[in-house]
Amino acid sequence: MSKQIHVPTVAELVAKGEKADVLFWVGCAGSFDERAQKITKAFVKILDNVGVNYAILGAEESCTGDPAKRAGNEFLFQMQAMANIATLNAYEITKIVTTCPHCFNTIKNEYPSLGGTYEVIHHTQLLQELIDEGKLTFGADPFKGKKITYHDSCYLGRANGVYDAPRRILEAMDAELVEMKRCRKNGLCCGAGGAQMFKDAEKGNKEINIERTEEAIETGASIISANCPFCTTMMGDGIKHANKEGEVEVLDLAELVAQAKDL
Amino acid sequence: MQYLEQLLFIIVLGVAIYFFVQKIKKIRRNIFLGKEEKVSDNKPERWKTMARVALGQSKMVVRPVAGIMHIIIYIGFVLINIEVLEIMIDGVFGTHRALSFLGPVYDAAIGFFEILAALVFIACVVFLGRRFIAKIPRFHSPEMKGWATADATYILVIEMILMVALLKMNAVDQVLQAKGADHYIAAGSFPVSHFLTGFFTNFEIPTLIVFERVFWWFHILGILFFLNYVPYSKHLHIFLAFPNTWYSRLQPAGEFANMPEITNEVNLMLDPSKADPDMPPPEKFGANDVTDLGWTSIMGAYACTECGRCTSSCPANITGKKLSPRKVMMDTRDRAEELGKAKDEHGADYHDGKSLHDLISQEELLACTTCNACVEACPININPLEIIYQMRQYQTLEKSVMPTEWAMMNSNIENNQAPWQFSPSDRANWTKEI
Repeated sequence: MSKQIHVPTVAELVAKGEKADVLFWVGCAGSFDERAQKITKAFVKILDNVGVNYAILGAEESCTGDPAKRAGNEFLFQMQAMANIATLNAYEITKIVTTCPHCFNTIKNEYPSLGGTYEVIHHTQLLQELIDEGKLTFGADPFKGKKITYHDSCYLGRANGVYDAPRRILEAMDAELVEMKRCRKNGLCCGAGGAQMFKDAEKGNKEINIERTEEAIETGASIISANCPFCTTMMGDGIKHANKEGEVEVLDLAELVAQAKDL
Repeated sequence: MQYLEQLLFIIVLGVAIYFFVQKIKKIRRNIFLGKEEKVSDNKPERWKTMARVALGQSKMVVRPVAGIMHIIIYIGFVLINIEVLEIMIDGVFGTHRALSFLGPVYDAAIGFFEILAALVFIACVVFLGRRFIAKIPRFHSPEMKGWATADATYILVIEMILMVALLKMNAVDQVLQAKGADHYIAAGSFPVSHFLTGFFTNFEIPTLIVFERVFWWFHILGILFFLNYVPYSKHLHIFLAFPNTWYSRLQPAGEFANMPEITNEVNLMLDPSKADPDMPPPEKFGANDVTDLGWTSIMGAYACTECGRCTSSCPANITGKKLSPRKVMMDTRDRAEELGKAKDEHGADYHDGKSLHDLISQEELLACTTCNACVEACPININPLEIIYQMRQYQTLEKSVMPTEWAMMNSNIENNQAPWQFSPSDRANWTKEI
């Protein structure tokens, strides 16, 4: 816990004549948002613990342009995309892992036609791979019998069809997965996607995150697991609204894994 | 007299087909008011999608009650149409049960159709019950007021009447067969209409023939009326579900197309060597009217049967926001019809100056979280998100109309490389705290 971890940047490795196997794309939320930074740190601790040869771009990373694009500003999106692609290509990046499903979707699906083709995986996929390869192991049943529900983010789930990797991580930690009624393909959005995170919701009779958090609370789980920094924030707010702080926690799968391994 | 009836039938049939074809041509024209799209790649996958989703109804059964009832009506519709083929042959050639030479196969088929007809009738009753007694919320959204609900009711009632006519026709027919009337050869099996004969057995043959003819004509006229009603109705999905699934998106749902016109502009700014200097600057960004949408979006609008599964799974709609993906599809169809009519009156190059934004408000567009729930929910792969998104692009890029928070977010991305106002040089500060 007290061990100081050095997070290498790609530039630093290049200067030493070294190369990382995988670039960890941190994303804006993971870099700046206090809640999301915890996810970033947890993930880095896992990477460090397992001994994955990774690096970050540091100050050379820039918004993928996802929120600009979803808000209709294609021009700004492509400006961002081109700048990022120039950086990634200059460093000859081939594999990217990210803790944000929005960054994941954008780089994986929307960068190739602009000249940026990489192998892009979400951090839950990497964690599952590490578990399958036996590199990421857990002590005696870290979450045995603990009721955990899982919230499918739209951009990992419906947008890219990744439903099983996150669930298999929970399984590997011996958690008792209790599904919400709306899950997998029918999962309900947390309300943040499509750049909604950055504006007030339109007029309605309920906030989407409250609707979704209520559904999660109904499962009786004490942990709501998520895979997206925005979902984590939205569901966390939902928990506060329901006065369930202390009873129900919202945690990213990276945080759960780090907890299970006492990192 | 017999030839007169045949002649009359041929005229009626010809007129019905003529009007149907005329209307279909107009719809085709309206669909192609949309922009050209490159959507015929990966044909094997497209055939598979169509077979699975349209033919196999794979997405219908996600909601089992409606799914199973729908499959009954669907199979009923397709198979009973084989009997309609026979009715056509009989009508044109003055024969009776022209396909009865098939013997036992024919008897089994007629019996099976009767059972299907009864099941279709029951399914229609269940559907009416779901709408008007159970009052399932998605059938009572604001956009369902007026024509939309009337249309749905007419279709169910017409289907029920057609099924009754078919069964009654068979009921009289078997009485005539039993009484040995000329022309009415013994053929078919009647497991359902067998129970409906009671009323007819006391009549003499000439009266029964009148009954039989009345039901026969009623049934076929009903079908021809229905054929011509369908293109004006939400029921057009029975045809368009097939092309709509064939042309549906094969890319990951999260992939939003990049605009090539903008790529060129961006290249001109960042790296002119990659840009095509001869590419004309784009005329318009995003969608103002149906003419700015891809043609598959307009086809989707005509294919929509207004079931509302999209709306009932839309997070914005569930939480009381104004957005309803179904309404987006209905408005798109209404607008395509309106523009099509205006072009009929004033010529192909005419534009009435109206826009799709007259029907779909900014408030609706802004409520979308781009979550793809509507796209997933649609039983025939219609994509309301594509229309919402392209209209949003128009508001942002052409009109610069957007919430101030979005304007701030954009300027932060532009200046600070993040949607929030942090210094880009602080991006990796978290690494010091680990």
